[in-house]
Formats: sequence, C-alpha cells, structure tokens
Amino acid sequence: MLQVEMNKKKVDAELDEMLAGYERDRTEVIMVLQDIQDKYNWLPQEALTYVAKNWQIPMTDMYHIVTFYKAFSLKPRGKHILQLCLGTACHVREAPFILDALERDHGIKNRETTDDGLFTLETVNCVGACAQGPILIIDGQMRGNMTQTKVGGIIRKLRKAHKEEVAENE
Amino acid sequence: MNKFASAEELTRYQGELKRKTNGALKTISLCGGTGCKACGCNEIHTKLVEELNLREIRADIKVTGCQGFCEMAPLIVIRPDDTLYIQVKPRDIPEIVEKSIAGNEIVDRLVYHDSDGKPIPKESDVPFYKAQLRLVSKKTPYIDPMEIDDYIALGGYSALAKVLTSMSPEEVISEVKKSGLRGRGGGGFPTGRKWESCRKAEGERKFVICNADEGDPGAFMDCALLEGNPHQVLEGMLIGAYAIGSSEGFIYVRHEYPRAVQTFSNALFQAGEYGLLGKNILGTDFSFEVAINRGGGAFVCGESTALMASLEGRVGEPRAKYIHTVEHGLFNLPSNLNNVETWATVPAIIDMGVEEFTKIGNEKNKGTKMFSLVGKIKNTGLIEVPLGATLRQVVFDIGGGIAKEKAFKAIQTGGPSGGLLPEGMLDLPVDFDKLWEAGSMMGSGGMIVMDEDNCVVNISRYFLNFLKDESCGKCLPCREGIRYMMEILEKIEKGEGTMEDLETLEEIAHTVADTSICGLGKSAPNPVLSSLTYFKDEYIAHIKDKKCPGGICKALINYYILEDKCNGCGVCAKVCTMNAITGKKDQVHRIDLDLCEKCGACLESCPTEAIVRR
Ligand SMILES: Cc1cc2nc3c(=O)[nH]c(=O)nc-3n(C[C@H](O)[C@H](O)[C@H](O)COP(=O)(O)O)c2cc1C
Ligand code: FES
Ligand code: FES
Repeated sequence: MLQVEMNKKKVDAELDEMLAGYERDRTEVIMVLQDIQDKYNWLPQEALTYVAKNWQIPMTDMYHIVTFYKAFSLKPRGKHILQLCLGTACHVREAPFILDALERDHGIKNRETTDDGLFTLETVNCVGACAQGPILIIDGQMRGNMTQTKVGGIIRKLRKAHKEEVAENE
Repeated sequence: MNKFASAEELTRYQGELKRKTNGALKTISLCGGTGCKACGCNEIHTKLVEELNLREIRADIKVTGCQGFCEMAPLIVIRPDDTLYIQVKPRDIPEIVEKSIAGNEIVDRLVYHDSDGKPIPKESDVPFYKAQLRLVSKKTPYIDPMEIDDYIALGGYSALAKVLTSMSPEEVISEVKKSGLRGRGGGGFPTGRKWESCRKAEGERKFVICNADEGDPGAFMDCALLEGNPHQVLEGMLIGAYAIGSSEGFIYVRHEYPRAVQTFSNALFQAGEYGLLGKNILGTDFSFEVAINRGGGAFVCGESTALMASLEGRVGEPRAKYIHTVEHGLFNLPSNLNNVETWATVPAIIDMGVEEFTKIGNEKNKGTKMFSLVGKIKNTGLIEVPLGATLRQVVFDIGGGIAKEKAFKAIQTGGPSGGLLPEGMLDLPVDFDKLWEAGSMMGSGGMIVMDEDNCVVNISRYFLNFLKDESCGKCLPCREGIRYMMEILEKIEKGEGTMEDLETLEEIAHTVADTSICGLGKSAPNPVLSSLTYFKDEYIAHIKDKKCPGGICKALINYYILEDKCNGCGVCAKVCTMNAITGKKDQVHRIDLDLCEKCGACLESCPTEAIVRR
C-alpha cells in the first residue's frame, strides 16, 4: 500500500489555518472533513484526531461518519484519480466493460490505488453527462464516450508521462 | 448596488434592465452544462471571445446551464433569431461569427437536420424542443447562472415581491394547495398540505430545507436546475419560508455536484446584496437566511429523516416514519423539506396564477415534470413535459426513438426504486399514480431507455447491487433481503438459476417491501418485481435455455465474427489481449472460443460491425 509521511505538528498548523472560518459546531463536521480531503486527497489519522478534538466529537463517532459516507477515503490516494461513472445511463452503455478492462489490462482495481501510487480508481454515480456516457473523469476532467481502447490510450499516456518525469528528476 | 428597500424598487430595476437588454446586441448563448463541458464547450468559449475581439464585433456571450439537447453537445444559440447550432467545433466558430453574428445568415451545415435531411435552424422548431412544454426550465437557456440581473430581467423575484406585498402566508398556502403541486422528489406528496402542517406545527424556530441530494444514479435534473437557474430555486424557498413562517433555510447538495454548490453560493451572495435575502427582505418584516451543506455521498441521505440527521453532522440513518418531520425534524424542530424542482416550480405557479397552472397536466397531476431522458435513445437530454404525457411521446416524439435502428426493449423510471416497463406500456401516461399502478414509480425523474442489447436480469441486478451498497444496514429486511435477492440474480446471470429461485425471489421481494423501515428498503424490490411481471420470459431464457437474450451475461454468450461483414482488417486481433483472434490480412478472421475472455474489446473496435455476441 501507498505510504505517506504525515507530521502531526504540520497537519495541525495547516488545519488551524485552513479551517479558521468554521465555528466548530457539530453540523459542520461533514463539510470540514470534505475540505480536509480536498486538501490531502484523503483523511490522514492526524486530521481525524484534530477534528475530534476541536469539534468535540468522540473518535468512535468520527469513524462511524467517515466510514458511512462514500466521499471519504481513509487511505492515501494516487497521483491520478480516475472516476468511472457507473450510473444507470453509463451502465446500459457498457461502462462495466471498461471497469473490467482497467483491472484486466492495466492492473487498476476499483477502490484501490496502484502499488506505484500512480492511479486510484473509484466509481461514481451519474455526474450529469449521461448523453455522453460512458464517462470517465480523470483528475476532475470529464471524458465522454469512453471505450476500452480509449481508456487504454489514456492510461498508457499517463504512465509514459510519469516515467519521463521520474527520469528527468534523476 | 443598494439593497431594494421595497417591491417597487425591484419592479423599477426590472424595467431598467429590460430596456437595457432590449434588442441592443446579439446574444450568443453557449451551453456550459455538464454534457456540453464533457464535449469541449470551454474551448469553444475561448475561440468565440478570440474571434469576436479579432473582428471587433460586439455581442453578448452568455454561458448558460444545460439547455437540454445534450445529445447534440456542444450547443450554441444565436439570439434574438434563436438559431441553434449543434455539435459545434472550435474550427466552426469563425464561420458562425462571420455569417450569423456579423451578418444575418444561417450556417446550414451546423443546424439540426430532420430525418429527411431538411435543415431546421430555429431552436423552437426542432422536434426535440417542440414536443416539450418548458415551464420550470424555461428561463435556463437565457440566463447566465452567475448573474442575478439575467434572472431579474426575465421577471425573476416578482413572484416573491407579489407574495410579500399582497398575500398573507395562509393565502400563499391556499394557492399552492389549489395548484395541486405534488413533490417532485419522487413521493408526489401534496406540497401545499406539507407547508400547512409545518406552518401549524408548534415552535418558534422552523426550518425550510431543499433536497438536492439527487441520489438516483441516472438523473441530473436537480443538478441542471441548480447549475442553470439557482435563483429560481432560491425564490421558491423564500416563498415557502414566508408561507411556513421560517427564517432559516438549508440546502443539502450532493458532493458530486461541486459546480452546483458554486452557482448556488454565488446566488445566495448576490441575492443578499440586493436585499432579496437576509434581514427585512424588500423592506418587509420577512427575514430569511440559507446555509449550504454538501452531502457525503450516501444515497439514503436523500430520504428526509436521514438527510436531517446528516445536516446535524451525524450518520445519515433514517428513522421510522410515524414521527413527522414537519413537527419534529431537524434538531427536533418543525422542518419542511422539498425537492429542488418542487421549489423551482413555486415561482412559476405564483407568476402564471393557479388557473393557468392547473390547465397543464391531468386531474390529479398538475403542471410539468423534468426528466433526464438517457440510455439507448437518439436524442438524449434534459426534458420537461406536462404530467400525463405518454411514454411514447417522450420516447419517440422527443427522444426520436431508439438509436442505431435497434429495437426498443424497456424504459426504466424511478431509478433504483422504480421499475422497468415494456413496449406494451408505452401509451401509459407519465404521472405519479399511473406509474405506481404499473409497478414503477415517478421517482425524481430519471428515464433510462433500453434496447434489445440490454439484459433485464442484469439491470435488476445492477439496481440491487447499488442498493446493497447504499442500504444503511440499520434494519434487517433491507440489509439481508437485498443481498439475498442479488445473490439469486447473480446465479441466474451465470445460468445456474432454477425456476424455484424465481419463486423465492418474489417471496423475499414482498417481505423486504413490507417490513423495511424506510423508503429505500420498501421500494428496493420494485426493479425485480416489475421485471418479473413484464419480462419473465427473459428470466426463463436464462434459466431453461441458458441464453441471455440481451447478450450481456458473460457466462451465457460467445463472440462471433460474421463472415460476410469481416473485411480482414485485423484491428480485432490487435486489440485482443488473449490472442484469441486469428486470420490473414484481408481474409475473414476467427475467434478461438477457448481462449476468448469475452471482454468485448474486439466488438467495440471493429470498424465494419462484423462482431456480434449471442
Ligand atoms: C432512499 C430514498 C432516497 C431519496 N432520495 C431523494 C433525493 O435524492 N432527492 C429528493 O428530492 N428526494 C429524495 N427522496 C424523497 C425524500 O424523502 C422526500 O420525500 C422529498 O425530498 C420531499 O420533497 P418533495 O415533497 O418536494 O418531493 C428519497 C427518499 C428515499 C426513501
Ligand atoms: S449515468 Fe453516467 S453520467 Fe449519468
Ligand atoms: S449540457 Fe449542454 S445541452 Fe445539456
């Protein structure tokens, strides 16, 4: 699994600054967690403790919440986030075939991050672009009329770009 | 901008805006809805600005929310002539600017053509729009959702002004009751009655809540409304709050809709600046504030009690229905929850008057309903029709029929709580009661069309799988029943089902429907039950003949190459990762069924459509 170093002091300081606008009321907790996830791409343990302490919510409740809502990830996510729409319209246009292709041909499994930390695959339900389904969102960019072949091209391109970046840095 | 101190000031400003916009410049209304975004409307915008600057032409560019005809994305409409250009590419822009904006010509090749090849340049003449009745979504194509002035210029907020200055809260409730408006979130509960109970409930503090969780996984009407015309939703909430006697509102938006959060936040800010939100609205005693909450991604949070739990910062588990939320809702205080589209319909009712509004629809179903018409249909998009229009009108007149000359199989309404309806039901009027009697549901408005290449068992399993993941797990029948039904369907998909399984399936379905706590469980068996009613032969084909008529269930199908269509180009052999396809260049290829993994990559890439599965 992808490992990410977190520094508690640094997280505390960052969150102090980022969450200053909130009133520390219980009703805010889901949005606070969303903001944190937007920042780190996932919810590090340090951040959960921070919220529990500052919003005075027992740690058991915190876990109940972050595991109940699908928007939250307790594991670090990869450099590229792939979101495949499996909403009804995309389903009837064979989005599941693309899900299979991602795993079979590219080793990218649903709800997992690849060992190299490059890709995380998630599925979503209807993003409002059904007419262009199946839809794949790559780092927030929507791509329509997906096929297994197109997905293959996209993945290969991103892998290649990553390799070149690594090579350049060495 | 000063705050409007009275309704007259608003009216005066409206007049000013109308004079200013009247026929001055051409307007280019460019659709910036999600569908058009996915097709590159941003590049078109850039190119448009560039081209206008280059030629020093003045025109108004409005980036709107979803205009409806997503199939033909990206869309551009040139007003006041209302010339609609479809599937526009950046390279088409210079020609459009030269002919249609600098001049008054029409670029024929970019307009919609009917099936006989006749060009139809005017937006409202295109069959997709012509067969609709747009009431709630009427203003969207003319509005930049980030500009409150656009909404006001089209008469926005006059319904609020009218209500605040000339009607008592009781009169508003009475109007809404007389309008016959029923909740657009799926249940169809009479809106006026809900408001009345909440008004009558004891309590100093009351809440008005907008349900924008839009959980149906194949629907985007609420998204389109919030992104395209947020002020109309807000105006509806304001009118409701006045009627109910509430000064605090919430909107609960699904987290997959970041853009809707943006447009609505901006709307709140602008309305506040104009004195249309906040303290002493339009100089009256009425005050109202709205807070935005983003959902955490859980379907069950669309259910009223779960939504309120989630607003309180807790896990979204529903509670039993005998406690009414109009009396004991959010923070145990009286709360009135309505769907986005319900709220957006309210200003339209006040503006046009009950008499006109009730002319639309049928006896027990008044007004219009928006749907996202998607799936295997020619004209996918966002539509609005009078309640009581038939499925046939929707699928054929608006939708243009099934895409790629395939045969119609079923239409699914009501999302995971709804059902599948066959061809024989196409003359069914689309209204709350008729759909319910037919074993489906109105739901929030997803309409998914399926053709001969879809499998009914697979779709039913799809919804159960969705609901299994989304069940909160609190009550046993829902948690275990859905899982058990799904296992049976999986067995049938593999060709291992028995006829007894069908009986068991039906038995569990009824138990789950009868004994679950909330609407999720109660309606979860609908897709299975309706498909068993109308498509039992497909189940039997899986069980007895070991065949999947839709060609979807992997265990029951194989891929074949049609000899007369194969031109030997070899593309299929290249994409096959199992090396299961062989053949010489320019000669008919073959699939080795022992090696084939049935991934379908060959079918998808064959340029001559020579590969079939059956
Ligand atoms: C499982 C479940 C999910 C629901 N999801 C939604 C939803 O996403 N949006 C919505 O407006 N109503 C949804 N509802 C219906 C709401 O509970 C509620 O009836 C509705 O928001 C009331 O508004 P209306 O009267 O304007 O329709 C859902 C109900 C259930 C049981
Ligand atoms: S179902 Fe995929 S975008 Fe709507
Ligand atoms: S998004 Fe442009 S028409 Fe729907």
